[in-house]
Amino acid sequence: MTDSAAPRETAVTEPPAPAAPAPKIRTKAPRPKGRSLYNLIGVAVATILGFPVYWMVNTALKSDKDAISTDPKFLPFPVTLDNFKRALEISDFWGPVFRSLIIASTTVAIGLVVGLLAALAISRFAFRGRKVVIVGILAVQMVPLVAMIIPVFLLLNDLGQYNKLSGIILTYLTFVLPFTVWTLRGFIVNIPKELEESAMVDGCTRTGAFVRVVFPLLAPGMVATAIYGFIQAWNEYLYALQLLSQTNTTATVWLGNFTTTRGTEYAPMMAGSTMMAIPVVIFFLLVQRRIASGLTAGAVKG
Amino acid sequence: MMSADTSTAKVPPQRPSSPAAAPAPGRAPRSLGSRFSGAATPWLLLAPTMAVLAVVLGYPLVRLAVLSFQNFGQSQLWGFQPTEWLGFDNFSTVLSDSVFWDVVVRTIVFTVGAVGFTMVFGLLIAMLLIRVSGWVKTLMNIALVASWAMPIVVAVTVFKWMFDTDYGVVNWLLTKVGLDFDRHNWFIDSTQGFTIIMALVVWGAVPFVAITLHAGLTQVPKELEEAARMDGAGAFKVFRYVTIPVLKPIIVMLATLSVIWDMGVFAQVFLMRGGHPEPEYQLLTTYSYDKAFVVNDYSMGSAIALLTVLLLLGVIAVYMRQMLKIGEVE
Repeated sequence: MTDSAAPRETAVTEPPAPAAPAPKIRTKAPRPKGRSLYNLIGVAVATILGFPVYWMVNTALKSDKDAISTDPKFLPFPVTLDNFKRALEISDFWGPVFRSLIIASTTVAIGLVVGLLAALAISRFAFRGRKVVIVGILAVQMVPLVAMIIPVFLLLNDLGQYNKLSGIILTYLTFVLPFTVWTLRGFIVNIPKELEESAMVDGCTRTGAFVRVVFPLLAPGMVATAIYGFIQAWNEYLYALQLLSQTNTTATVWLGNFTTTRGTEYAPMMAGSTMMAIPVVIFFLLVQRRIASGLTAGAVKG
Repeated sequence: MMSADTSTAKVPPQRPSSPAAAPAPGRAPRSLGSRFSGAATPWLLLAPTMAVLAVVLGYPLVRLAVLSFQNFGQSQLWGFQPTEWLGFDNFSTVLSDSVFWDVVVRTIVFTVGAVGFTMVFGLLIAMLLIRVSGWVKTLMNIALVASWAMPIVVAVTVFKWMFDTDYGVVNWLLTKVGLDFDRHNWFIDSTQGFTIIMALVVWGAVPFVAITLHAGLTQVPKELEEAARMDGAGAFKVFRYVTIPVLKPIIVMLATLSVIWDMGVFAQVFLMRGGHPEPEYQLLTTYSYDKAFVVNDYSMGSAIALLTVLLLLGVIAVYMRQMLKIGEVE
């Protein structure tokens, strides 16, 4: 991952990126002459974009002294893991991480079950008001969460759910659920209806046809949706900051406080950041294409 | 909430899904929904989602509007004093406050800047992606996805570190190049400070735009471009009269989404300023938050939040129209 920022490394000559959701890959540039210039610019862009990620990992692996040297080194040798140890000592790390895991996984589990039912309704049934429901689900995703924090805070207060994980899980459904419904709908629409119909011709009930035919085909999409929803819940900051107390908080708030209280200890802070980010980046790499591709299909008509 | 704030809407390819699908050949299939018959089924399936959204979204939205017309602060929260209706008093207070208008202007300038840079860089990178060799493309994609995936809170801490006054790598680099940036504090002047916050927001948002536009570009029919070239159009004209019009629906969608996300920027400013943004660093989101949770004036905070949503309504409408136009919502 870090070599995205180290163009001096030998280039890996590989077939085009797996992350490119391109159905057709242009094999010949119109003017091969310009190719090397474009490549140069491309490498420069990748370097600049990747630099913050690389700098985070680089700092995390350095000794204290090297991290704040006035002549920073671009490679973290000698490598040390002291900063990670230090980050774990500064304040409780595993508690917040554990809470983040519980919140994110529960939110996603509820979101998937509830969202799948709704996705089925709008993709497999024709009914009056369907379009209104679809527009509603789209519109709901557009409401900025920040604007909702005040009434949500008061709501949890009224329900006795302030500073409780169950309360924050409920509020996280605000953004996980509409996204799940919408994404699953996209996956279901892509499964040909004829498969279900022929299963029903063969004697399956409608439910049976769904369980035996559609569900297996939908499984990869559900996994991708779950992972993406999990990442969103894991990354959320504002609700976690406001709806949980300092002693009962999540990993993102833990890292945010790291900034405010120990602002000078940058090397351990980068170690904490690395621990928060690496799992997310890896999972994101796994699902990015499934979630993001198809976004433009149908939007561009040849 | 960014970047991946509420996220990518998917636009799957269109399937003509008429409910009364052509009857299967052979013997008549059992009527669809023989198990659960009737029009109630879809609504039963939708019920749990609707119930959840009513609680976590519908009710708070109504409450937000109601709060804006009330006097609701700390003493009302604890029940020491009754809540009073104030009519439009909160709004007239907010709207006649010059500080509020400063915040509005700052928010709009910031949003326009961030969205503009995001779209321009995103389009340039997307066009670069279809012109580079395979290995460069791989490299660029790795960098794009890695920066896209970074949690916002992590990105903020990393940028804080890179732009640190004493030990930041950026000051060191700029000094190396021969500029005088030794011990330069980027946040004394809010214009410089916002430049960094904007860079952070744009850096987080560009990958999604670039990758999406790249996918769109690969779908631009080559024949169109070639025909334009045969007719003597130069590179710029092809771009201007072929590429852009074909991409327009995606561009409109991405731009409106970006406006919605960038207007909602909170954590980036809040954390960059150590949890207490100075007056010259306040955006509508942080301003509303401060009023509610620092001064404990929930009504005033709600009024500001409501005005923010109203400001966004037009943009949301454009986005929705685009989604409907694409034929997504059949």
